[in-house]
Amino acid sequence: MILQRFLVRLLTMAVTLLGVSVVVFVIIRVAPGDPIAMMLPPGASQADIDRLRALYGLDRSIVEQYFIWLSGVLQGNFGTSISLRQDVMSLVLNRLPATLELATVALLIALLIGMPLAILGAREQGTAVEAGIDVANGAALSIPDFLWGLALILLFGVLWPVFEISGRVSPRLELPFVTQFYLFESILRLRLDLTKDLISHMFMPALALALPLAAIISQLLKLSLKEVMTLDYVTLARVKGFSETSVILREALKNAALPTLTLVGVQFTFLIGGTVIIERLFSYEGLGNMAIDAVINRDLPLIQGIVLVFALIFVLINLAVDMMYALLNPRLRHG
Amino acid sequence: MTACLDISNLSATLSNGQRVLRSVSLSVEPGEVRALVGESGAGKSMIGKAVLGVLPPSVKIVEGSIRLEGADLGALSAKERRRVIGAKTALIPQDPLTALNPSRRVGPQMTDRLVHILGWAADRADKRVRQLLDEVHIREPDRVMRAYPHELSGGMRQRVLIAAAFAAEPRLIVADEPTTALDVTVQKQILRLIAQLQKEHGTAILFVTHDLGVVAKISQKVTVLYAGKVVEEADTAALFADPQHAYTRALMAATPKYTDPLASLMPVDEAVLAGLAAEIAIADHDWRPSLDRKSGHG
Ligand SMILES: Nc1ncnc2c1ncn2[C@@H]1O[C@H](COP(=O)(O)OP(=O)(O)O)[C@@H](O)[C@H]1O
Ligand SMILES: [Mg+2]
Repeated sequence: MILQRFLVRLLTMAVTLLGVSVVVFVIIRVAPGDPIAMMLPPGASQADIDRLRALYGLDRSIVEQYFIWLSGVLQGNFGTSISLRQDVMSLVLNRLPATLELATVALLIALLIGMPLAILGAREQGTAVEAGIDVANGAALSIPDFLWGLALILLFGVLWPVFEISGRVSPRLELPFVTQFYLFESILRLRLDLTKDLISHMFMPALALALPLAAIISQLLKLSLKEVMTLDYVTLARVKGFSETSVILREALKNAALPTLTLVGVQFTFLIGGTVIIERLFSYEGLGNMAIDAVINRDLPLIQGIVLVFALIFVLINLAVDMMYALLNPRLRHG
Repeated sequence: MTACLDISNLSATLSNGQRVLRSVSLSVEPGEVRALVGESGAGKSMIGKAVLGVLPPSVKIVEGSIRLEGADLGALSAKERRRVIGAKTALIPQDPLTALNPSRRVGPQMTDRLVHILGWAADRADKRVRQLLDEVHIREPDRVMRAYPHELSGGMRQRVLIAAAFAAEPRLIVADEPTTALDVTVQKQILRLIAQLQKEHGTAILFVTHDLGVVAKISQKVTVLYAGKVVEEADTAALFADPQHAYTRALMAATPKYTDPLASLMPVDEAVLAGLAAEIAIADHDWRPSLDRKSGHG
């Protein structure tokens, strides 16, 4: 039963990824712009152009190209980047950790801001405190992440320059890292000087990504907390003598978190999509920044590789959300 | 002797100004069961919630006082009130299906007040709860305490809630229609169980019900409520022998025999209701809440 559900799940994931790859493959080939023309200086001979087209397989039909690409992917070969002339797989794997770290830190910030505000708002329902939280949430939600990015650059980069506005790490530093997960590795190695430098670079882009998500978490969790707090078992806990705060933490939070969790999963995928522009804005060397370069250069193999990795991340997030949902809900766990 | 619960002249309104309780006075002596009876919507649960300090935010107490063993709840700070209510009272709720947290195991939900509010050691609380589970005839305490609520039947959950209510030896239990949500066959067992535990522990109970048959079975005293107003108050035996108020008589005429669930429910006589409505309209017209207590406790 559980195995069957798992297999169905895996199959759905595979079909989703296949669908994404087809759509992206076709769109970037139908869209105007010729990658070969971008590689060569103006005035290159037609013969040279044709030779390069054949080298990258661009002289074949789209269907043929797709199956060549797909059979490569199935063997772990994502092709060669046209603009960077390197293996797509190693380019992507090199940049992916930077983006994963940025998104994870953004998610943590969103939870650290959103959850306490939700709890405070639910505890102080009907008061000016709750009204203030609603206003802040509205503002955070109606301003998109890249505008937050600009505002933060102005605030913490120019007016009160306490954070770095560009890059991932200060270039003058010697990096002892063996993986690309700089932040996690610096913590593991207890090189807190490096951690501090990395955080100082990551803080503003992560905060810009986190603010809209924090508002969604705060608003939605507050709503479901308020709903749960009218239920009988919460009343019973109050009669037992528990304070409002411990009623929320002990009785309401876990059950109210269930509906919030699903939406946070969806919103987290949006957040990862947002890294594309935010990484560009802060010159953060992640996958999103690389994606923009790939699109500008019409680097078809690189675009395909990056999009497929993003799609894989989205699918895995959905899987993780479903698993956490089952874990939090005893009725599903036993059913 | 101080009354266990003493409510005097309690009035409450909704946020739109509509009155839900009209100068309600009632008291429960130590060890006594007082039934609070009336039709659905009369305000019975409101009174129970006011006593337990869990009125919905839309309901405000505008007049009167509630004393638990002499302590005036309205005069206490919110924190003090929570502590006093937590130490002296317990609730047996109406619907056992919604009164247990679905994501917490049953055992911790029974012991948490003993451990976290009353400061008992965990093993003492555990032992106490097992003893109470035995008193409500639950023979597999281990299984029940490890279970999640959805793994237990409705009757089983109500036993659990009854055991939890008595476990801390409260001075007063508010039982809000504790059998209404249960199967008819289970109702009698649960009622008998509450009566039995009440006798053994000597706990005072404010027993809310719409069912005069239940009143006759469980209570020594009874208060009849109509539209948030006390219309009659008496010893239970005296009330059944010689009801004084027309509404009480009409309610009795409308109640099928407890032993005969198939007897049809007759509507309360319309002339009686019209008379009551007039009485209440006059009372509302004359009613002026004292302005020095705009916000009640709750
Ligand atoms: N949460 C609430 N907010 C506002 N009014 C309520 C609320 N709950 C109940 N009422 C109203 O208060 C009155 C008394 O309700 P209640 O005490 O639940 O009646 P009973 O328990 O006697 O059936 C009813 O008119 C009901 O409509
Ligand atoms: Mg009720």
